This record gives sequence, structure tokens and C-alpha cells, in this order.
Amino acid sequence: MPFHLIPPSASTNAGDVDAIFWALTGLSVFILTIVFGPLTYFAVKYRRGSKADRTPPRLATWKFEVTWTIIPFIIGMGIFAWAADVFFHIETPPSNALEVDVVGKQWMWKLQHAEGNREINELHVPIGQPIKLTMTSQDVIHDFFIPAFRVKQDVVPGRYTTEWFTATKVGRYYIFCAQFCGTSHSSMIGWVDVMHPVDYQRWLVTTGQGETMATAGQRLFNQVGCSGCHGVSSKIHAPRLEGLYGGPVPLEGGQVVTADDKYIRDSILLPASQIAAGYQNLMPSFAGRLSEDEVMQLIAYIKSLASEPSPGSNP
Amino acid sequence: MSSVQETSGLAAESYLTEHTVGSWLLTTDHKRIAILYLVSIVFFFAIAAVAAAMMRVSLLWPDGRLVLPETYNKLFTIHGVLMVWFFLIPSIPAVLGNFVIPMMIGARDVAFPKLNLLSWYLFMLGGAFVVYSVIVGGVDTGWTFYTPYSTTFANPNVITMVAGVFVAGFGSILTGLNFIVTIHKMRAPGMTWFRLPLFIWSLYSTSLILVLATPVLAITLLAISVERIWGLGIFDPNLGGDPVLFQHMFWFYSHPAVYIMILPGMGVVSELITCFSRKKIFGYYFIAFSSVAIAVVGFLVWGHHMFVSSQSMYAGMVFSILSFIVAVPSAIKVFNWTATLYKGSITFETPMLYALAFIGLFTIGGLTGLFLAAMAVDVQLHDTYFVIAHFHYIMVGGMVTGFMGGLHYWWPKISGRMYPELLGRIAAVVTFVGFNLTFFPLFVLGYLGQPRRYHSYPPEFHIFHVLSTAGASILGIGYLMPLIYLVWSARYGERAPANPWGATGLEWRTPSPPPRDNFEETPLVTDDPYDYSAIEAELIDQTGLR
Amino acid sequence: MPEVHPGTAHQFETAEQQRDADIIGMWTFLATEVMFFGGLIMCYTFARFTYPQAFQAASHRLYVIYGGPNTAILLCSSFTMALAVRAAQMGQRKSLVTCLALTVLFGLAFLTVKGFEYHTDFVEHLVPRWDFKWQGAEARHAELFFWLYFTLTGLHAVHVTIGIVVLATLAIMAWRGRLSSDLPIEISGLYWHFVDIVWVFLFPLLYLVGHR
Repeated sequence: MPFHLIPPSASTNAGDVDAIFWALTGLSVFILTIVFGPLTYFAVKYRRGSKADRTPPRLATWKFEVTWTIIPFIIGMGIFAWAADVFFHIETPPSNALEVDVVGKQWMWKLQHAEGNREINELHVPIGQPIKLTMTSQDVIHDFFIPAFRVKQDVVPGRYTTEWFTATKVGRYYIFCAQFCGTSHSSMIGWVDVMHPVDYQRWLVTTGQGETMATAGQRLFNQVGCSGCHGVSSKIHAPRLEGLYGGPVPLEGGQVVTADDKYIRDSILLPASQIAAGYQNLMPSFAGRLSEDEVMQLIAYIKSLASEPSPGSNP
Repeated sequence: MSSVQETSGLAAESYLTEHTVGSWLLTTDHKRIAILYLVSIVFFFAIAAVAAAMMRVSLLWPDGRLVLPETYNKLFTIHGVLMVWFFLIPSIPAVLGNFVIPMMIGARDVAFPKLNLLSWYLFMLGGAFVVYSVIVGGVDTGWTFYTPYSTTFANPNVITMVAGVFVAGFGSILTGLNFIVTIHKMRAPGMTWFRLPLFIWSLYSTSLILVLATPVLAITLLAISVERIWGLGIFDPNLGGDPVLFQHMFWFYSHPAVYIMILPGMGVVSELITCFSRKKIFGYYFIAFSSVAIAVVGFLVWGHHMFVSSQSMYAGMVFSILSFIVAVPSAIKVFNWTATLYKGSITFETPMLYALAFIGLFTIGGLTGLFLAAMAVDVQLHDTYFVIAHFHYIMVGGMVTGFMGGLHYWWPKISGRMYPELLGRIAAVVTFVGFNLTFFPLFVLGYLGQPRRYHSYPPEFHIFHVLSTAGASILGIGYLMPLIYLVWSARYGERAPANPWGATGLEWRTPSPPPRDNFEETPLVTDDPYDYSAIEAELIDQTGLR
Repeated sequence: MPEVHPGTAHQFETAEQQRDADIIGMWTFLATEVMFFGGLIMCYTFARFTYPQAFQAASHRLYVIYGGPNTAILLCSSFTMALAVRAAQMGQRKSLVTCLALTVLFGLAFLTVKGFEYHTDFVEHLVPRWDFKWQGAEARHAELFFWLYFTLTGLHAVHVTIGIVVLATLAIMAWRGRLSSDLPIEISGLYWHFVDIVWVFLFPLLYLVGHR
């Protein structure tokens, strides 16, 4: 079995994280040396019975104190800033990222690509392309950890969390659940398969579902009754969804929020918590009637709606 | 200051003389209460250590075939709960602090002796609940009780265990309250704040955290229970709650709690380093104020446990910067202890070996804390074996080592007997070797990506677990040895003089073991602490005059 | 050995030392109490910012007509308590008993008003998990508000009750001439003022959210 000290570095961020890690290791070795060194030296030189000069030193001790207070402080601030900067980058997905939705549950991962492909405990991605994961849990807190990419994020029930990476090496890398979630926490293991773009396309085609997430969402939109109020031909006074995603939504009470994934999810599952301005609290909640996967499909559909409804796309 | 040999063939009357059960269980003597705590924490430590042993043996097989996953989860839970609340938090404060503080400041007892006894009973009642919850099937949430797992998904024994921690928490609040009042008001004449030994400064800072942080834990545990029993949505999103709220409330207490667990150890080290290098401490004021600084800033960093929890990035940055700041006072202490050895006259009795080990192991533990405070690196390391290695270096390499050092140092005062020195030194070295072998490989394992709380793991991580379990068996021997020889020495050890170490400090000016009221007459303090002379020590050693 | 007052416990050198220790002990105890209530208030603050509409709507259902007068009652009781402490220090037994009795009466009045208020809340189905009914959005978040409300005010009421018992006992002892020092009054005074201050925080936090 090959002996590794660090995991493979297979993402664009991995190098940046490793750099800080090695710098900290170097700093630690240095500090241990300047502590253990004198400690050992003094322990030997000044052991009882040794011939050493023990006349009490006349040192301005405050100079030492100030030095070994200020220098560690400055070093600490430097590392903080460096790591915070890289962290900011880790937490900010690029706008051209491919989106994959993840639902964690005891004790497996369910993944859906925008193209509709679904996977269990596995994630196929193309190399060199930013991938953004939008994640939620069906039950307890889990965590989607890919050591080789140096990324990790808690997967929390009741909200969406995101994680992104760009893979740089073809290969198969572990996905671990990194937040204790019950009996089979340690079995909740998966794999990321990083492929050449051509192979990835082929994989997409051969394992396709026949419908994209957005199409699945559209199907649900009709099946579950959303179109009854939100469809173009509906007589009910309900907010229009075309062009909604990403834009501002004024609420009753004066607040203005952005129609992001969280807003849409809450609108479906907790509609009473944010009423759009000019509308009444009439929408029923779909909590319990839709799975997290299905909510994500609906969101994909709503994202896909252009500002003008085009003929033929009416439900 | 030279030590005076006081040997006597017959045992003089002391606080240990009366030995009815009632005189122990209804005592209000701080020294006896310390021993009550000592016996009970050893009991809880033993259970938690057995759990750890079972885990380490099970981890020898990557597929975890030795125990069921649920059993493994229950093992790490009971290990954490007992070690944190029923061993580490009481260890130095309730055992050594209770015994030594009144004597060190020249008092007859603590300010509220009856509250002191009550605190032990609350501790025991809490422990009973926790042990009971294990007997009826155990809890598998981890000592951190994260929601909604603990409130909605885990088995109902959670409530019993949480109740146990809740009750024991009141015991630790009372201990902290007692120490604060005692240190403020019971100092002997002449014992000004800046003549106090640094052990007192550390315990004072610890007590501040005990009284201010523990109530928040109580509220958090209450909230878990309410959600669990009545289904009221506080943390479970399905019931309308917020799971991350739990993490804020829990860590608001539990981060300061880790400073409760390390500050006393640092206090012990200050005493040992000065005594065994026969030198005044380097930087008294800086060490004293560092203790207080750690206590205060320690309340402001709890979010560093939550960088990937979906907490806001900006909140994370505030917590990260404060975490780097809180590291500085600890660094100051390490440098000051090292500088104390300069031009000293150093001997290597068992307590000193533990003190030196503390400095080394705590430094490693503290440095690895910087890795975790660095946000980008914490993304990789959070909830992996790296974190386990980090906190065991601080808690075991630091605190337990400090406890062992202090226990050996004050053993002659507590029991009136000397422990066997050679065995003491051997055990210290065995513990040091075993400890490093157990926990160092886990740093590598963590960066490689193995998450914590894993009952089974991919086979490529096997070698690290084999090394760690090998180390654990050596560590176990290192802890078993003092258990045996200290108990043996209480009966058969060489009788100890009042001041076997020639140490400064008021506690050494009474007989070993001390009488019920500690001092014949209230001492009058005129010297600064640590009034040692290395040159004099050498002279005494050379001329053979003691 | 210095002259020790007969009432001094054996660990203390002087009565003065015991007195100082008892006072610092009470202050430290009150610090822990601040953190108990503080922990709940922290939880409340977090929830209030997470569910602003639900908390505002729920807070509207609280009766300022009960809470407001209760605030006034407690403030008056703190005043009479301060007078009692002064009377004790001056050795004025009659004044002391009167002021303590008034404080107790104010405390009982507070609890009585609270009792009516809780009854009203119960009748209006606002007690969490006990036939809780909520018209409108976010019933669960409203229920969380009411849990925090009942826990905070209930815990406070327990503290008021304990205070009443202690003060009543001291009043009786003072009346019978059994009180030899003003220390118990001073310490109870600290406790009582603390209980009052907690209410001064709870009232605006719970009752006045979004009230225009």
C-alpha cells in the first residue's frame, strides 16, 4: 500500500490550502525548535551539580516579554489574513460553474446533475470545469467532504449550503461524510469520478434520464398543482415566476429579498414566512408532499423560465 | 530556604485521622472533599479509559468487525462525556484546587465549606445519571449532542445523560463560586494579589469561566430536553427550529470549557518549574495576566468550531482572528516557563518530568490549534482525526500530564507519604512515549482526510491506526502504574516531611499530612512568591548540608 | 487568636471577613444568574432575528396591560427594598419590618398579576404544546416565541417567589427581634434588585417587539 502523507492534490484550491498547511508546519517546527532547544540546553547545562555560572541575570525582562508577545501576534495576524483570503475564494463559486444538486440522508448521498443524470454515492465531473454543489439534508446534519479537493461543507436540513471545486486531475477520489449523523455515519462514503470532458459527455449521454432537472421540474409543476395558480393562463392572483430567479422580490412589510434557491425553497415549503408585496397569504405549503430532490427540480425549472413566456412552453 | 526534616515514628493527628464513613461523607473539610473528588474522578476516568481502549482495539480492523457501529458510537460518546465533565473539568480544580488553595493562601478552609460538599454530591448525582444512561442502553450522539440528531433521531437515553451533565454542571458552578470568594477574601495577612502563587491566578481565571460559562450549558441542555420531550421546535427544522442555533449555544459554553480544562494545568506547571529549578518564575506578571486574558478572550472564539457549519463567512473571520489572538497568552507562558530554567539549579524528580512533558506536548497541541484557526486549512481539517490529535495533545499531553505532575508534587502533603521515585519517573517516561505514539500519527491521518467518529475506514489508513493502538497500550501502562503505586504508597510509602521538596509556598509550612485547620496560627506573608535561590541550592548540594 | 464574634463560622478570622465573603458570594451567584438568563436571552435574540415576522406577531399577543403595571410594581418593590436595607443599617426595626412587608406585598402583587396573565394566555391557547392554537403564518415559530416567553418569565417568577419567601422570613425574624445583623437584609437586597433588573430587560424584549 503506497504511503501518503497528504492526500492527492486534485483541485485548483488544493495547492493554496497545502501551501498554508506546509507554512504552518514549517512555523511549528521552527517554534518547537526555539522552545525545545533552549529547554533541553538549559536542562542539561543547569542541572543540579553542573559547573555553570548561576549568578542571577540582570536582564530587562520586559524586553523579552514584549518581543515574544508582539512577534507571535504579528505572525498570527499574517496567517489569519492569508487563510481568510483563501477561505473567501473557497467559499465563492465562479459564475460559470456547472450545477449539481446533492441531497444527503441517513446514510447515502443522492446527486442530480442539471442535465438530469442522477447518481447515488458517486459524482461524475469533467476535469477543468468549476462545479457548484447545492446541498441539503433530508434528516440530520451531514457533511460533504472531498479530501483530494480540500473542500468540505456541512449539509444542513432546512437550508441549502453550497460548495464548489474545479478538478485538475483525472481519477477517483473519496467523498466522506464528515459530521456525525448516526449509526452508519462511517459507511456514508462516495466517490468523485473526474473525467476528460469527452468521456464526461459520453457518460452524460449513456446514463441520461431522458429529462433534464428543469424538465422534471416542469412535469412536477403541472402534476403537483403549481400551474393552477402560477401558470400563465391561471385566473388566480399569484406571483409570476417567469424571470423571477435572481431578481429582487419586494415583500409585504417593506423588505426586499433576492429570489435565490433559498427563497424559492422557502416559498414552496414555508410560503407564509415571506408574502410577496401585493399578494395574500393563500399559497398552501408543500412540506411533506415533495421530497428535497423534487424541490430542487422545481427550482431548476423556475430558474430556466425566461422573462417572457414563449408559445409552446405553456403548461 | 532549606527544608526541615520532620520524621516521626508515630503518625501525628491530622485531617486523615478520623476514619468513620460519616466523617468522610459528611465532611466539610476541603482536604477531605478533595479526596472524595479524587476517588470519584479516578472511577469515571477508568470507565472512559476502558471505552477508549475498546475503540482503539476495534480500530485495528478497518472494517470495524469487532464491535457494532452503534456500539462504537456509544463508546466515543461515553468517553467524551465522562472525560470532559467527569474527569478533566473537576480534576485539578476540585482535587488539587480544593486541597491546596486554602493552604496556599494561608486559610483554614474555603469560604463556604458546606457548599463545597454540596458540589461533590451534585457531581456524584450527575455521574449517577450518566452511568445509568449507559446501563440502560447508552447514547450515541457524541459528547457534542448535535441537533437535530440528538433531539429527534437518537434514542431517548439522551435525556438521562443530558440530565446528568446538567446536574453535575451545578456542582462545578459551586466550586468556581467558592474559589472566587475564597481567593478574594480568605488570603492571610500580607498575601497581596501579586504575592499569590501563579497556581492561584490560574484557578481564579478558571473559576471565572466556571461561573460564567456553565449556566449557558445548562440552558442549552434544557433546550435539548424540551425539544426531545415535548417536540417544541428549537433546533429541528422539521419542527420549525434552527440546527445551527444549537451549535452557537453549545460552543459558547464548550469553548471556554476547554480553557477550564487547561488553565489549571498551566498553574501547576508554574509551581513545578520554579520549585525544581530553584528559581523565581520568569515573568510573574505576564503569566498572571495571561491567565486572565485567556479566560476573557476564550469567550469570544466559539465560532471557530463552526467555520463550515453555514455560519456567515464574515462571522467566521471575526472568530478566526480572535482565535489567533487567544493563542498569544499561551505562547507567552511557554516562553516564560522555558526562560525560568535559565541559570536555575535543575533536578528531574517525577513532578518535574511531568512539567517538562507538559511544556513540550502543550506547545505541539497549541501550534496545531493554529492550523485549525486558519480558516482555509480548517476546511480540510474540521471533523477529522487532526482535531482529535490536537485536543488530545492539549487535554492529555497538557492537562492530564499537569494533573499527574501536581498529584505527585502534592502527594506527600495529601497523604503524608512519599511515592516511590523511581517508579514515578519510569511511569512519566512510559506515558510520554505511549502518548506520542498514540496521537502523533493521527495528525497525518487527519490531513489525509479520515473523519472522526468513524467505526470503519478505508484500508489505506490502516497503518496509522495500528501505530496509534500500539501507543495506547503503552499509555495505558503509564497510567496504570501510578494508580497502583500511589495507592500502595498511601499505606506503605516512606513518611514525608513537611517540605520534602524544599518548596516555597505556605502549604509547605504545615505538617504532612496537615491538621484539620491547616495552620496552628494564621501565617503572616512577607515574601514574594518563588523566593528560590539557584546558587544556594547548588551550595547545599555540594556541601551535603540540607 | 483574634476575638471572634459568636456567629462567625470557623473558617473565618473575623466577622468582617465573613460578611465580606457573603457579599462577594452573592455577587458571584448573581453573575451566574445573569448567564442563566443571558443564555435564554441569547437564544431569544437569535430566534428573533431569524423569524422576525413570527416573533413580532407573537409579541403582539402579549398584554402590555399586564406587563406594564408589573414593571411598575417591581420597581416600587425595589424602592421599598432599598428602604428596608437602609432601615436595617440604621437599626430601625419598625421601619425595617414595614419595608420588608411592603416589598413582599409588591412581590405578591406581581405574582398575582402574572397569574392572571398566564391564565389569559392559557385561555387564548398560547401555551406551547398544550392545546396551542395559532392563526396565521409560522405557527411553529410563534410557538417558539411563547416557549421562550413562558420559560423566561416563568424562571423569573420562580426567582420572585424564592425572594418573597426569604424576605417574608426575614420580616418575621426582624419583627420578633431575632435579627442580629443587617447582613441578611443587604444580601437579600442584592438578590431582589437583581430580580427586578432581569424583569426590566425581559419586559421590553418580550412585550415591546415592534410595538409602535
